[in-house]
Order: sequence, then structure tokens, then C-alpha cells
Amino acid sequence: MSESSPISRRNALKGLLGGAAGAAAVPAIAAPNQTEPAPPVHASRFVFHDPDFMGGVKFPWEKLLTAEELATTKALADLILPKDETSPAASEVGVPDFINEWVSADYPAHQEDRETIRGGLGWLNTESFKRFEKRFEELAEAQQTQIADDICGAPEVKQEHRVGAVFFKRFRQLCVGGYYSHSQTWKSLGYVGNISIGGPYPGVLPEVIEKLGLQDVV
Amino acid sequence: MPVLTERKTQPQYDVIVVGSGAGGGMAAMILALNGVKVLMIEAGRNYEPVKETPMFNTPEMAPLHGAATPDRPFGFYDSNVGGWQVPGEPYTNKHGTEGDFWWWRARMLGGRTNHWGRISLRFGEFDFKPKSRDGLGVDWPVNYADIAPWYDRVEQLIGVYGENDGIANAPNSSPGVLMPPPKPRVGELLAKKAGRKLGVPVVAAHRAVLSQPMDWKNLPKVLFPNNPKAQEIIGKDMMSRAACFWATNCIRGCSIRANFQSTTVLLPPALATGNLDIITDAMVREVLLDDSGKATGVHYIDKVTRRDAIAKARVVILAASTCETSRILLNSKSRDKAGLANSSGQVGRNLMDSVGTRLGAHIPAMEDLPPMNEDGAGGLHTYVPWWLVNEHAKLGFARGYHIEMGGGRQMPEVKSFGYLDSTSPGVYGRKLKEEARRYYGAQFGFSGRGEMLPNKDCYSELDPNVVDQWGIPVLRFHWKWSDHEIKQAEHMQQTFAAMIEGMGGKAKPLSGADAIQRPGEIIHEVGTARMGDKAAESVTNQYCQTWDVKNLFLMDGSVLPSNPDKNPTLTILALAWRSSEWLMEEMKRGNI
Repeated sequence: MSESSPISRRNALKGLLGGAAGAAAVPAIAAPNQTEPAPPVHASRFVFHDPDFMGGVKFPWEKLLTAEELATTKALADLILPKDETSPAASEVGVPDFINEWVSADYPAHQEDRETIRGGLGWLNTESFKRFEKRFEELAEAQQTQIADDICGAPEVKQEHRVGAVFFKRFRQLCVGGYYSHSQTWKSLGYVGNISIGGPYPGVLPEVIEKLGLQDVV
Repeated sequence: MPVLTERKTQPQYDVIVVGSGAGGGMAAMILALNGVKVLMIEAGRNYEPVKETPMFNTPEMAPLHGAATPDRPFGFYDSNVGGWQVPGEPYTNKHGTEGDFWWWRARMLGGRTNHWGRISLRFGEFDFKPKSRDGLGVDWPVNYADIAPWYDRVEQLIGVYGENDGIANAPNSSPGVLMPPPKPRVGELLAKKAGRKLGVPVVAAHRAVLSQPMDWKNLPKVLFPNNPKAQEIIGKDMMSRAACFWATNCIRGCSIRANFQSTTVLLPPALATGNLDIITDAMVREVLLDDSGKATGVHYIDKVTRRDAIAKARVVILAASTCETSRILLNSKSRDKAGLANSSGQVGRNLMDSVGTRLGAHIPAMEDLPPMNEDGAGGLHTYVPWWLVNEHAKLGFARGYHIEMGGGRQMPEVKSFGYLDSTSPGVYGRKLKEEARRYYGAQFGFSGRGEMLPNKDCYSELDPNVVDQWGIPVLRFHWKWSDHEIKQAEHMQQTFAAMIEGMGGKAKPLSGADAIQRPGEIIHEVGTARMGDKAAESVTNQYCQTWDVKNLFLMDGSVLPSNPDKNPTLTILALAWRSSEWLMEEMKRGNI
């Protein structure tokens, strides 16, 4: 498993199994204060175990979403986080690629997300086809919105849209997480850190102290 | 950093130090500054924070935007190489034990000092004599006055910000020792205000981060009187450490050396003496003895070549981390099947972690504030020392906890936005962005770090059936919390909830049993080779010298007889310095 070349899923899976068998299995015991076993071990060093921060870090697994799945991902991501006056659209800061990485990672939680997201993208296109005889990314925005309103979870979801709603909730979480963890969105969000400041730390703005009535605890 | 990379060692050293973290780094530096020839053996790889630290790297530069994974539980940019699982180095938990112990390992030069939170709290007078006070656990063989001067020295050497508050059992430093703390952030001020009404004192945190440049002209003379060479080396080193520039989280490490890591503060001056050799990727298997029962060196596995090797010295210091040190002792069976230095039977026993719980909430008062840079010192600026130290009769649990806190406008991460599920269900489009902006920075939370009592059900031993990839028998853990810890965890949750409500948020506290974090999760494990007054009940004396082998010392968390709430690193540093000075006197006196 070299650090630079992507690992095929099959090999990564083999690695995981080998690690679990080679190490003594840590038993999962249901107990009052303890519900999970320790995290899995890896058979050898790789990017998540000992990253080379100086050398450029590559995603170590094969990315699994197809071009068609990515097109749907992009359309829905941009519907959820469109471009506005102060910030880019989701696809402009790589959210579809982030989601592709996320569902391709070989950790158990990500494997669950893979099923939710892949299945959900499929569900969404079938729903689009039933209503408009097109794939979701080919719809007009008003048509996309009509479907999204049925699965976004507010105010309530009809029985036939439940699968779509579970997918939408998780998809929106990943969209927002991938979007705002990109530094190009920070100024618009109101995060102004990650820069060096000389001298003492400046502390809280005087107008905030006043607004919140904190004068006596400064 | 000039590290011995040829994988060659001298035939004989004065002292071998196993491990390069707080204890090993301090011992090696003090010895080397005094002309002692030292070989340091580190199980992990070489690590150079000045070159390797991803200081300003943003999440999108990392796989999965830097999110925490089972391999990197503190996020991608955490400095630690290792974690709760190390490839090829398993450990086990005894079947039927109540809670699986999670054993954190750092496999890198500097050990876990590269990762730690830099929280540097002194143990207080009650902490050293707990049994005298409440009849539980054991007393230390020293009292606060014995250690106080060493705390002063360590704080001056590494640089610690904080204030003297005069709170019982939260000792003041000597005047002029602490650096000024950074101003609190807005959430910390709101917590302080809420705390006032509840009688919960929110005061300046003590952390090993330089809030201003070091006094490199005067401190070396104070710290190393009568040692001009040490003064010169330390002076130069202090001059080259920069003050914090209020950006990046300390767990990434610090390339400008503003915070304390063994690799930035202890090892560079130690190497500058020319008296220290370091060999990395070398896993110590056991301590070797001669026929008279004296230690002669160590047997290690060179991980690179997978060859067994031996290093020799007059004195051996184990500072491999609490559990690894006891593992080496238990695996050193040349004379006694029970393991080395274990005539008391206490090696591996008395394993303690800190009690940890956390609770956070949305604080409406923090919504929609003007953007402020809240990165600060890369960790907390304020904390709550245990304020009920004289109220235990009423509380129903024996020992206390301190409160750490954080939140506000921190660097946005993948998992920072879970609050939108509750604040903005079903929202998408432009409105979602408006709500993200409104609510970002309005999350704040508390975590407790509490003292656990040693108990007979928490210990480590060798697993008779399992070895690691180096062929070394592994540890098997046993664990059971007592009611003291569960009740303390419950009290934490109630206190956090009261603080959150006081700040205007809505809190959902858990029961103690549900809230308490996993054994080993707080990474404060100590106590597997405790020091004491009597050889029959302890493994070392107050100078970390094993009772059974006079030239074998243990200078890490393993020697702590109790685990006060105050996070062990500062005390490990103080004990290692004090013990190293005593060791040199004993060598001069010809006793070792």
C-alpha cells in the first residue's frame, strides 16, 4: 500500500481484514459505560495514519461516484447552497468532489453514507423521471425545487418521500460541511482567523462587551 | 535537528533514556546539560515540528476536508502519529471487563507532547496527601512544598501563561513566573458571568504557550546557576522561540515553537550539548540485568532492519509512557517471572485515567455578533479550577474536577455545522446560507476533567497469548469505574447544564453513567508503577528510583500515586527534573 498511489477498494478491504485478524480482536462487549470496540487497525502505514504534510497529501482510495452521479450531486448541491452576493456556489468550491471522497472512504460510517447517498441519488433521478421524464440535473430550477420541497423535511414528509427525505438530510449535512470547511467561504460566513497577529491577543470588541453587558467580567 | 540516523550507538553510555516525551525529554536535557552522556531510544519515527507542522493548512487541502476519522480521531491535522490503534501493535481487554480501555500511543519523537492541550496545572497540597484527607487511595511520598520549586523552574523553562488566583488547592506560582494570559473570548466571558451567579469561578487558564517572548537574558541564570554552558545553550534556545501569533490549534504542533513540545523545547538544547544521541524507530523490549541485579542496558528491536540489538549504560531511565513503561518492566523477566522491579506486585496496577464528560449548546446571545478572530492561543484562555474542594462531605464523591471550555468562531470544520439540523430543519437555498451565518459561532461547550480513584479492578498485565509484530508480549487491560467517578460525572453534567442555562442556552445533561467518556479516552493514564515511602507498597521512591534496582528509574506518568484532575504533564516534567538532579548527585556520591 504505497502512500502516493490510490488503493483499490479490494486491496484496502483486504488490508482492513488482515489487520483485524493479525491483531488480537478487541471484543465488543455491551456494558453500562462502554458500547463500542476500539477503532480498526490498518495493516500498514498510509496517508491517514502518518500523513506527509510537507509532500502533498492525496486521497488514498478510488473515488466511486460515476460522472452521472456527480452531475446529480452538483445540481442538488448548488440548489442547496447557490451562489449569492458574498459567497460561491457549492460546486465552485468542490463540494461534489468532497462528497465523492466522503462516500468513497473505507471507514464504516462512510460506507453507510455511501449507501444513503448513492441510493438517494438514484431515488432522486427516478422521482425526476416519474414527474418530468428527465434526470434531476436536467430539470429547470422550479422543477428541482418542487421535488426538493417534498423531501427537505419541512414541514412534514409523506410516506412515499421518506427515502428521499433521509437522503436529503444527510446530503445537506455533507454539503454544508464540505462547503464551509473550504476557506473560500469563510469571509462570507464570518470566520476571520487563521492569520498571524502581532502583539497581545486583541480580545472581544468593545461594542460586543457593551451589547452583552460583559463590562464587569472583562 | 541532528538526530543519530546512522543507527549506530556508542558501546557504552552513562544513561539510557527510553522515550522522548515530557519525562524522557526533560531527563535527557537536564543530564546532557550537565555533561552526562545520554542515549535516547524512541519507538516512533523522527519528527521535526519546525518543518513538518501544517500551521496554516486549511481543511480543503486535506482528504475529507480534514475531518476526524478512526485513524485520525482528532482530525487530519493533529500532529500525532499513532493513536488508539497502532498498526501491528495491538493490545487486548480482558473478556468480561466492564469497559474497554483505549490505549493511546504516540509513535514519534517527542511522544504525546506534540499533541497535548498544553494545559499546565500544578497539583496542590491536598493532591499530594489525598489519603490523609479522605482515607482513600494513597499519599504521595512528597508534599507540595517539595515539588513547588520544581514547578516554578519548569514553568519558567517551558513558558506558561496564567494568573495566580489564590484558590484552595490550585496553587499560585512564585511571583513573576507566569506569563500574562490572553484576554478571554466572548463565550468565555459569558461563562464567567454565568459562573459568578452560580459560584463557579472562571479564571485564566494555565497553558504552556508563550504569550510574549521569553526572558532569555535572565531566565537561564535563574534556572542553571553555576552552569555557564547550560546558560548559553538555553539562552540561545529561548531567544529563538517566538511568542504565539494567535493562530492555529496547538494540537497541530507549532513550527514557531511558541508552545511546549519536547521536540521544540527540550531536545534541541539537549542535542546542542553534544552529549545526547537519539535513535528512533527502536522499540525497547526489556531491561537487561547483570548477575548482581543491576541494570546494564536495554534490549530493543530496530524497527527499520527488524534486528534485535542491545544498548548499554550505567543507568537506565524508562519514560516510555505509563503503560509502555510497565509493559517493559513486566516483559523483563530475566530474574523474576513477575517482572522487573515488581517485588511489591504493584507494576501494572492502579491504572487511572481522568474522568471526562462534555456538554455543549447553542447560545443565542452569541448569534449574529460582528466577526471577531477567536483563534487565540490555539486552546482555552479560561478554565474553572475545582471550587468545592472543602465540600466533599456533601457531594457524595471523593475528588474534584476542573472545567475546560471552548466554542465560538473557531475554524469551520466538516462537523462544525450539525446545529443546522436543529436550528434550520428543511431549509435550503439562500436562506440556508443566511442561517449558517447567523448561527455560526454561537455554539459553546464545557468538558470536565476529574480525578479518578485508584481501584483494584483497573490494571494492566501481559496477555499470555498475544504478541505484537515485534514479537513482544502485549498488554491486556482490566477496567471498572467506581461510584465515585460516575457520581462525579453526573455532577459535571449538572454544573455544565447550569452554566449553559446561565448563558441563555438550553441544556440537555446526561446521567453520569451515560456521560462518562471511555477509559483511556482522556489520555491521562497514569499510575502503573507508583512511587511511595515503602518498598512493599510501591515501585519507586520519591526520586523515581525503583526500590529493587538502584540504577533503574521511571520518569513518566507511571509513578504517579494518584491522578489529580489537573492533567499530568506539568507534574511529569517537574518530577523528571527533580529526579534527574538527584540521580546526578547519587552518581557523584558513587551510590549508582
